[in-house]
Amino acid sequence: MRMETSDERLVALAADGDGGAFRSLLQRHYATIFRVGFRVLGNREDAEDLAQDICAALPKKLATFKGHARFTTWLHQIVINAARDLIRRKQAARRKASGWGETEVLRRDEADATKAELDWLSNAMTLMPQDLRETVALVLGEDMTHREAAEVLDLSEGTISWRMSEVKKTLRQIARKEEML
Amino acid sequence: MSDELDKLKAAMQSTPEVDEAAQLRAIEVGMEAFEKNFQGSADAVRPTREQTRWWALISRGAVDMFKHLTSRQILLATTSFATIALAVVLTGQYNGPDYGADEVFAVNEAKIDALGRETAATDGDVSVTTFAAEEIVAAPEMAPASVMNLADTRMEMSGIVAPSPAAISQLRSVAGMPIEAPVLYEQNTEQFPDADVNPLKIASEDPVSTFSIDVDTASYAYVRSSILGGQLPPADAVRTEEMINYFAYDYPVPTRAEVPFTTSVTVMDTPWNPDTKLLHIGIKGYELPIEDRPPVNLVFLIDTSGSMQDSDKLPLLVNSFRLMLANLQSDDKVAIVTYAGNAGTVLEPTAASDSTTILASLERLYAGGSTAGQAGLQQAYALAEQMADGNEATSRVILATDGDFNVGISDPESLKEYVEDKREGGVYLSVLGFGRGNYNDTLMQTLAQNGNGTAAYIDTLAEAQKVLVDQIGGALFTIAQDVKIQVEFNPSEIAEYRLIGYETRALNREDFNNDAVDAGEIGAGHTVTAIYEITPIGSPAVMVDDLRYGTKEAGSLNTGEYAFLKLRYKNPGEDISNLITTPIMPDADAGLGDEVGFAAAVAGFGQILRGDNLMHDWEVSDARTLAQASKGEDRFGYRAELITLMRLAESLE
Repeated sequence: MRMETSDERLVALAADGDGGAFRSLLQRHYATIFRVGFRVLGNREDAEDLAQDICAALPKKLATFKGHARFTTWLHQIVINAARDLIRRKQAARRKASGWGETEVLRRDEADATKAELDWLSNAMTLMPQDLRETVALVLGEDMTHREAAEVLDLSEGTISWRMSEVKKTLRQIARKEEML
Repeated sequence: MSDELDKLKAAMQSTPEVDEAAQLRAIEVGMEAFEKNFQGSADAVRPTREQTRWWALISRGAVDMFKHLTSRQILLATTSFATIALAVVLTGQYNGPDYGADEVFAVNEAKIDALGRETAATDGDVSVTTFAAEEIVAAPEMAPASVMNLADTRMEMSGIVAPSPAAISQLRSVAGMPIEAPVLYEQNTEQFPDADVNPLKIASEDPVSTFSIDVDTASYAYVRSSILGGQLPPADAVRTEEMINYFAYDYPVPTRAEVPFTTSVTVMDTPWNPDTKLLHIGIKGYELPIEDRPPVNLVFLIDTSGSMQDSDKLPLLVNSFRLMLANLQSDDKVAIVTYAGNAGTVLEPTAASDSTTILASLERLYAGGSTAGQAGLQQAYALAEQMADGNEATSRVILATDGDFNVGISDPESLKEYVEDKREGGVYLSVLGFGRGNYNDTLMQTLAQNGNGTAAYIDTLAEAQKVLVDQIGGALFTIAQDVKIQVEFNPSEIAEYRLIGYETRALNREDFNNDAVDAGEIGAGHTVTAIYEITPIGSPAVMVDDLRYGTKEAGSLNTGEYAFLKLRYKNPGEDISNLITTPIMPDADAGLGDEVGFAAAVAGFGQILRGDNLMHDWEVSDARTLAQASKGEDRFGYRAELITLMRLAESLE
């Protein structure tokens, strides 16, 4: 017999219209939503916008939570998908506005980053393609096992492991460049 | 993992902190969307955690219905009271101790439901009237049938006890009320004892601290339902010792039957003050194997007045009793008495093994009508006495209320007397309280303490499981009565001390040796924890200056002891107390490991919630860190739940 209010129960209550349960869910998971968003998107403004959009969309989405997966897995999926959408929308907007490619924009973001310790991170992250960033955000950022990350991204465990080795390669390249400087 | 990955991981995990303003904004946006999604009814739906789904739907419907009621009708619908009493008769085949004492379970659920609302003009004591047929006017715009259909579907889906047809038909008739929309207010008439936080005592002036143990847990459940409802609890609702004692601790189990409990003493550093120490006293009652427990005869006295139809009351109660029923043994007996308008026996004494019959009776219950509490209570007692007849019976009654005991026996004093009188006759009383809004905590406390009982506040089915099933041994079987603790501090070692919690349990110094003075009792398997914060002589944390003219007499006996612990208890049914004494040395360590750390974390959390000013910069997050670090095995997840509550409390601060 467990006493803690599981996420799954809070979801069930919220789906029945229990506002308190829904608020508890948001309070419990806002930080995760923001963090995962930040790690994939690379800047605070976008991550906050993303988190707010997800909070707003969640009441409707709850109905689609079937309980097959753990709530956190399901939530991570939502964040990753929302982040993809946001990136797509931004790219489309940028192309219309200035025709800048993704890399250019990310370099600018990098220059904007004020915190020194974030520089290396954003540099590393910008050098990685979207799919590796997502993987890294889950495996390293959220401390997931390869299996858990695979579940969120709907991929095989092997793909995650392969992606992580790609990440390692990218990091080594960065390290080599740093040495050359 | 490679260095590069480690570096990336470290960088990743140091991503910026959540911006609180952004979080609040997002949550508000989310709540707005949520309410829109539920067409404005979201805030009318109570933030309870554990509720039957069909009921949530019906209640939502009922809220809408109530928007169409006249205020007079709302007065009529406003019930302030409902009681469920469960009389337990222990038959005398058991030759062990005499397990007699009253017990109060304050059972209470989070927010009020639609039907329990009160208008601003009413106080908490409005009596209840059913919606009689003549009050019903043709149905306006509501379509109760659709509500019912939804409800039916949900019932099938969740497999929960169905509401009785009568309850449904009553809701239907409520839907037919004339239109005139008054504003609904949720009036809070909850009452809590206003005991000040225990003050700092100076060991040289006031070296002796005396209190009764307290195994109540009501306050914890109340705090939990507050925090989950999105609000910090009022300071007076927080009784730190009840929060500490909510958790079972892994203290050494008594090995000898002659001394029914063990006492473990540990002196440790205070988490919130480097210059003071905590003196931790842990008591563990011996565990009575469940198969050894004597048979019980239960009389459920259930108030089915109108206000009990809220999902957190009768439906939760019925489900709780089902849980309990599943754990009764075949030689136990059950009877049910209800009262609403008229008292009536719903189920004659029936063997617990005949669960079909019992469950059928439980499911036929529905809430409606006013309360005739006294008649119900008398009938339950009569039945209990009849069931106990011929046995050398020890018995216990459990009363459950969603408000004041304002029916029949309206005066708490005469209720206490009546209950005491019945206890002499071998039938005991416990109380379960339901619903929030006019919960009378003071009365619960008084009754619990008066009757040597425990007050457990069951706010969910899970809590019912904990109190009525997992800890049924402790709830029904007392192993030591009138347990009192007296600690004498050594003024040559200790400058100041204060007892954390137990404010409502303080005893006079002379009460300790007076066996006529009532105190708390320990049930089978219970753990009880008391914590003092002590300031050794010479510590920079000493708050009070020496008196200029004062004569600080050093104790004549200088032993290097911090304190001397004395503990008195009576074996159940005995009149003469036994004494246990333990000197407490500065390095006392019972080797309890994480258990003392966790207790300290709960103590700290409780004090923060109470607004204690001696916590320095220690915050809820610190309490959480400590609780996490000392969580231990946590087999039932209770401690993990507290950590979640602490996290929620941090965001509410």
